[in-house]
Order: sequence, then C-alpha cells, then structure tokens
Amino acid sequence: MGQVIVETSDLTKTYDGFTAVDKLNLGIEEGEIFGFLGPNGAGKTTTILMLLGLTEPTSGTAKVCGYNPTREPLQVKRIVGYLPEKVGFYEDLTARQNLKYTAELNNLLKKEAEERISDLLATVGLSKVADEEVAKFSRGMKQRLGVADILVKEPKLAFLDEPTVGIDPKGIDDILNLMVRIAKKGITIIFCSHQLPQVQKVCTRIGIIAKGHLVAEGPIDRLGRQALGSGRYRIEVQVAQPDPKLIELIKNIKGVIDVSGAPESLLVTCDTDLRSQIAKTTVDSGSSLIGMKIEEFSLEKIYKKYFREA
Amino acid sequence: MYAIFRKELADQFNSRRFVILFALAFLAAIFAIYIATQSIRSEVTSSTEFIFLKIFTTSGKNLPSFLFFISLFIPIIGIALGFDAISSERSSGNLSRLLSQPIYRDAVINGKFLAGLTVLAIIIASVIAIVAGLGLRIIGVPPSSEGLLRLVVFVLISIIYGAFWMALAVLFSIFFNRAATSMLASIGLWIFFFFFMSVVAGAIANAQVPLGSNPTLEMITRNSEIAGAIARISPCTLYGEATAALLVPELGSLNSAIMMISTLTAGRMLTPLPFSQSLLLAWPQLVSIIALAAICFAISYIRFMRQEIRSI
Repeated sequence: MGQVIVETSDLTKTYDGFTAVDKLNLGIEEGEIFGFLGPNGAGKTTTILMLLGLTEPTSGTAKVCGYNPTREPLQVKRIVGYLPEKVGFYEDLTARQNLKYTAELNNLLKKEAEERISDLLATVGLSKVADEEVAKFSRGMKQRLGVADILVKEPKLAFLDEPTVGIDPKGIDDILNLMVRIAKKGITIIFCSHQLPQVQKVCTRIGIIAKGHLVAEGPIDRLGRQALGSGRYRIEVQVAQPDPKLIELIKNIKGVIDVSGAPESLLVTCDTDLRSQIAKTTVDSGSSLIGMKIEEFSLEKIYKKYFREA
Repeated sequence: MYAIFRKELADQFNSRRFVILFALAFLAAIFAIYIATQSIRSEVTSSTEFIFLKIFTTSGKNLPSFLFFISLFIPIIGIALGFDAISSERSSGNLSRLLSQPIYRDAVINGKFLAGLTVLAIIIASVIAIVAGLGLRIIGVPPSSEGLLRLVVFVLISIIYGAFWMALAVLFSIFFNRAATSMLASIGLWIFFFFFMSVVAGAIANAQVPLGSNPTLEMITRNSEIAGAIARISPCTLYGEATAALLVPELGSLNSAIMMISTLTAGRMLTPLPFSQSLLLAWPQLVSIIALAAICFAISYIRFMRQEIRSI
C-alpha cells in the first residue's frame, strides 16, 4: 500500500452539546477502497464534511493529502471529490450541462472539459441520455451522474456517501463495479455505507464507527476472525449416530481448543482450518458424518459484535 | 464567481419566472400609459416644463399612477428573484455538491445576488423605457435634459429599492429551509410595510398629538412630522418619498402638512425645484434604502459564510 492520504488525530465535532464525532483517529492509505461503516447518525457524514473543510472540527486535526481542510479548503477541494448522500443536480439542465458547470467551477479549459465529460458519461453509461434533462433521470442514473461529476476534476480521493441507497440491485451493481474501476485508476475511495454485503464486495479495508467512535479498523478478514472469538475458526460438525467418545476424540486433535454443543451438532473451535482432521476422526470413530460447515466471518457478524460493544 | 454568475443569469432568463415577471411589468406599463393619456390633459395647467414626467405620476379618477404600480411591483419582482436563492440549492441537494467544488463560499451568494440584480435592472429599466417611449409617442413632448436626468435617477433608485427586497428575500432563503416559508415571510413583511405602516404611524401620531376638533397649525405640523418619522421606518415610504421628490419637481417638502400649508398660504402654484434641490430632498431617503439593502445583504453574507453544512 502507498502512503497515507487521509489522517485524523483526535478529530472531534460537537453540535450544541451533542458529540457527533468523538476523538476519531483514522488513517487511510493511497489507492485503497476504504469502507466507512456505521449506522445512521454514527458520524460518518460529519467526518467527511470535516475532511472536506465544509464543517469546522471542534477539536483535533485532519490532514487530507497533506493539507489541513479547515485552513486550506480550496486545495483540498481541488483534489477531493464528494458525492453527497442526497445528491442533486440542476433538474432543468441536461446531464452534460450539469457536468460542464462543475468543470467551469473547477476552472477547466473548455475543450479539455468537453472531451473529459464525454468520456466520463460513457464510463458511467449515460452517453445515450447525456443531452436529456436530469429531471427525467432515475435515482440510479443520478447516482451514476454523481460519480461522473466527482471525476470531472480528476480527484486523488473520492468520498462516496451512501451511494447505493434507494437504488435497485442492478443499479447497485453498476455503482459497485464503477467503484472498482475507478480505484484501478489510482483514485482512493472512501465508501460510507451501512449496507454490509456491498462493502464486503469492494472494500479492502474497513473502519467501523459507532456513536462517533472508531470501534474497529483493519482488513475485513482480520476483523472477521477477531469478531468470531479472538482470531479463531469455528467449525460446525453434523453427525448421525455419534459415538459417545467422539467429543473426546475431537478434543484430542492437535489445535482444537474447545468442543461444545449437542453430540449431533458439534461446534469446534480451533486455531487453524482442521476440517480434514475432524472428518477423518469422526469417520474413524464409526459415526457417520453428515456435514461440516466452517463458519464464515460475515461482515454482519463483525458489525453486530462491534455495535453490541459500542 | 464568474461561472456562478453566468449560470444563474442563464437560469433566470430561461425560467418561467422571468417571463411571468416581465409580462406583469409590461402590463403595468401599458396600463399606466393608458391612464396617463386619459387624464394627462387635466393635469397640465400652467407649466409644461415637466410634462414628460407627468406620464409617470398622473393618476386617473379611480385609477392609480404608474408610480404606484411600479412601487407595488418592484418588491414583488425582488422577492420573486431572491426567495429561493439558497433554500432551493439546499433542498435539491445541489448545495453540498456546489460547496465541495474549489470555489470560495461567498462566490455562491455573490454570484447569485449579482445575477438577480442584473435581471432586476433589466426588467425595471426596460419597463420604464417602454413607458417613456410610448409616452413620448403619444403626448409628443420630448423630455428636457433635466427631465431625462430625473428619469435616470428614478431608474437607479428603483433598482436599488428592488435590490433591497431581493436582499431581504435572499436573507430569508438562508434562514428558512423551505422556499415557501421564505416567500411568505418576505411577502408578509412587504404587506406590513406597504399597507399597514402608514396606519400604524398615523395612529401613533394621533395618540401623541391629538388633533381634536380645532387643531392649530403647529399641532397639525407636529402630528404630520411624527407620522412621517414613523412611516419612514418602512422602505416603501422611503421609496415613495424619494421618487415623488424626483418625479414631481414642484414638491418642495416631503412633509405633507407643510406642503399643504405652504400651498394655501402662498396662494399660487408652486414653482419647480432645480434637479439638485430635488435630489437633496430625496437624498436621506435614497441613502436609507441603500443602507437597508446593504444591511440585508451583509447579514445574508455573514450568515451564509458561517453556516455549517450539516449532515442532520
């Protein structure tokens, strides 16, 4: 991974007595798709607004690409794209005109901007409707236009705030694929969401925020195993006519930490993936093995665990 | 800022709002010309020096003058151009997108205000030009250079007056999230100033200096002074007085009682004041309107600059 592109230290924001973001320490590296997870009202959007310099932090500091967003908002805004949660466009302008306006605000040269806009509209699959009024667009189309809009300025970093809310499954796939493609161009993406499966699909690393605190941060698989009992695997073994000694036998396998549950359905906790050894032991003991399932760490479990703690 | 100004201007010109406002103003102009041609003959008595300006101030038997129309329409135009300036950006989800672009935040409000001002100036100037042109054709008396000068200043005051109402509407559009609330607040304030302020001023003056059945001259003057001072809180009164001083050169004082008394005691038609004196008469009113517009804009500006973009 590259160098750190976003860094916050003890970033805090208080709105009349209510602490929206509390001493947040975050580090995001260049080139990754960072999933910023948390329930509604956890402080995700507030954090982004502070990183963009749209809201002043109550205390603490943030650094985006080496700039302080509070002091140098223009430098930050030049290289950062922001797709707000409820993105809107000028409804009586066409998609192309809306993007042209953004290009103008970014002081792009007219000719260069026009080429870039056509390319981007093709990238997000809106070439056919480029000259139609945005008022006719569906929510999914507007979101894709929003992605094109932030790419007009060729940012280094893009914040996508709940880009998949209220879109049909096909539209969600489009957006997610788009994100992966953008990331390949070297643009760092911060993807805010509470839609766990989507985050799991595209993100390399996640941070979970709850009530303004960052409760967990790291690559998904590591967080997963952490959530599922201190870095261990859990294997569910289903057995018909279990041998009474089976539990003992499994416990004796090297690496098994604990066996629990009813004899027909055992839950084995171990350090490594011991499925083959367990299968062999079970069959050797004379019991018939019906099935074995390794418990996948789904993001949902991780998420739930951290929210119970928070 | 130039990009925002250009876009806002294009938006205004393409909007139905602009067409409606222009049609409204145009109708007022035609109507005013009609009234003026009907009754201007009876108005013209001795002096024909400023007959051209009479087109704007002549009222019919039961019909109001152009001056009345325009003082009615300018606030409406100003409010219509400004009431959703910021709130519509916010509710359509454009504001946070706009502010995440590398522009200074004041460029947004400055650009919008300037674009509105341009549209306002175009509407007012063209309506007055239409009336002047048609009037010239119908009565056939060209304006004197002084009359023309008075007309130009009248256009300028009207634009500044419109700018005040627009600044007020923009201010409300920043404070209220809903465009409808902001419009109602502006219109409510306008109705109060336009219709009720003089009633309130009269009532207070009468309470202070009751005129009774046999008032002395001194009491009438005092009463009128108090009423005038209170009524001048209202920008509508300020505009009315400033334009009257400019378009009616015979007007020697803005205090109605003094005017009445001097007409009675002098027992003659009043001679018109030179332009510089009329301007001097209107000067305090003019400055007050400019100050009010500037204050409204300044509050909007500060409020908008300090306003936080919140997620909730």
